[in-house]
Amino acid sequence: MGMTYVQKVLAKATDQASVKVGDVLEPRVDLAMSHENGALVINQFQEIYQGTGLEARVWDPEKIALILDHRIPAESAKTATNQKKVRAFAADQGIHKFHDIRGDEGGICHQILPENGYVRPGYVVVGTDSHTTSHGALGAFAFGIGATEMASVWALGRILNVEVPETIKVVVQGKFHRYVLPKDLILALIGQISAEGANFKVIEFHGPAIETMSTSGRLTICNMAVEAGATSGIVPADDETVRYLHEEAGVKGKVEVLQADTDAVYAQEIEIDASQLEPQIACPHTVDNVKSIREIAGKPVNQIVIGSCTNGRLDDIQIAARILKGKKISRSVRMLVFPASARIYRQALKDGYLATLMEAGAVVMNSGCGPCLGVHQGALADGDVALATTNRNFKGRMGNPASEVYLCSPAVAAASALTGQITDPRKGA
Amino acid sequence: MFKVVLKLGDDVSTDIVYPGRFMATVLPSETPQYAFADMVDFNARVKKKEIQPQSVIVAGKNFGCGSSREQAASCLKGPEFTVIARNFARIFLQNSINLGLNTIICPRIEAGEGDDLDISATQVVNRTTGKSFEVVPLPRARQAIIDAGGLIPYTRQRLLQKR
Repeated sequence: MGMTYVQKVLAKATDQASVKVGDVLEPRVDLAMSHENGALVINQFQEIYQGTGLEARVWDPEKIALILDHRIPAESAKTATNQKKVRAFAADQGIHKFHDIRGDEGGICHQILPENGYVRPGYVVVGTDSHTTSHGALGAFAFGIGATEMASVWALGRILNVEVPETIKVVVQGKFHRYVLPKDLILALIGQISAEGANFKVIEFHGPAIETMSTSGRLTICNMAVEAGATSGIVPADDETVRYLHEEAGVKGKVEVLQADTDAVYAQEIEIDASQLEPQIACPHTVDNVKSIREIAGKPVNQIVIGSCTNGRLDDIQIAARILKGKKISRSVRMLVFPASARIYRQALKDGYLATLMEAGAVVMNSGCGPCLGVHQGALADGDVALATTNRNFKGRMGNPASEVYLCSPAVAAASALTGQITDPRKGA
Repeated sequence: MFKVVLKLGDDVSTDIVYPGRFMATVLPSETPQYAFADMVDFNARVKKKEIQPQSVIVAGKNFGCGSSREQAASCLKGPEFTVIARNFARIFLQNSINLGLNTIICPRIEAGEGDDLDISATQVVNRTTGKSFEVVPLPRARQAIIDAGGLIPYTRQRLLQKR
């Protein structure tokens, strides 16, 4: 019986010819990523070693990445102290994949890992962040774990007791229409299968619309696979993956790629026609409460947010700049833009996109998680409505349970900024 | 006997259990004060330590969806809650097992606040309504961690074996 992509990765990571769904494995970890919550991982890591007589050293400092992104620059003394702890630990353990709060190499972990070539096809990647699913865009098996689980990985270099998951195969046919984006595809899928539709499963993406999709778009769809509950979203690595790694991520030399077997067995197969898709909106307060834009257009909004690990890349900022060029956003909205990394920020600066957005009235914020999780920037007022290209609209997500968050693509966000209400970008806003 | 102190619906996210704005607090001894921080009345009861150990939170499907933040499990472990849900989101369930938070998968559970429950490995009996509900055993791969008393002692054992 053939193997799915994730079975292939797990067989390789356990030195076996094949693995079956339900097998319990202890795969080697190729990359282990944490952000500010590294401060908690460090506590748990040190606790593991208590009473053992062993020195608390990570198994391989080259395979650990620490990226400060969630609350940067620090909003409080407590956060600053956590960041200081992570910084000191990286130095002490010799962890070089450490990205501090910097304008040259900083940014959101899920952008920093791909753009620096830290993730390769076939890797097992774990991160103390649920959106670690993003890295499946490069053909890795990448999934979110908690801080204690990460401490165990730092100690052992393996992740314990992983059950080989079932896989849902999603085949995307056809071509996207203008102003229909990968974000609309993944929102439509989540709406279709529900917020728990892929719980404990992997989603493997195939089909012509995936093959022609940029790595940036693949990062968007894999990022949000977790919003359907998926352990990981995976686009099997192909020519585009290799191109991205060589041309944009500075990877030298041959990139090995894996493929699922053609006779692999899937738990479910779903076909979507990209040419039938319209812009989609996830309405409060669950990501699977998805409506076509026609059902919700005209809804007044107070805050527009473009950015995050989901949609803060150069093409996302570019499409917003194109829609807003020479125009002014509505006086009834505040528009916040936060590029996913300092590298993207600088490129958007060079390309003139940030000037265009600012001339239209947007505020450009530093790279980081920013308003997405409502910790220290862009919090909403009671009764406020936000329209955001981020990934979650849970009650209270943007810092206030008495507000609402709607999720959309960057094209919808930009078109809506002009009118102050949810607006279909295809209507020539 | 276990008493239900909180009844919740489907898709309760970790943003509800432990709002993101308190994520700078990481120590398990400090997280319970922010449990369900935006459900002000319930949070006040937790903070005042009015809730007896082993009190039960009953939830619908997909409890703990969203963020991987471990505080969402540690803030419930501190007051020794038991969480019964129709099912759990993967990361939350794993975090709970790793930290020793008692989680029970009970796909048809029906119980309201104030109900008294008997809980065994195979079923939950609601003594208030007289109905019983089947329990789904935890995923196979998780039992070894529970048996070791959590992931920290389990990893410690493994490290020492390796040496």
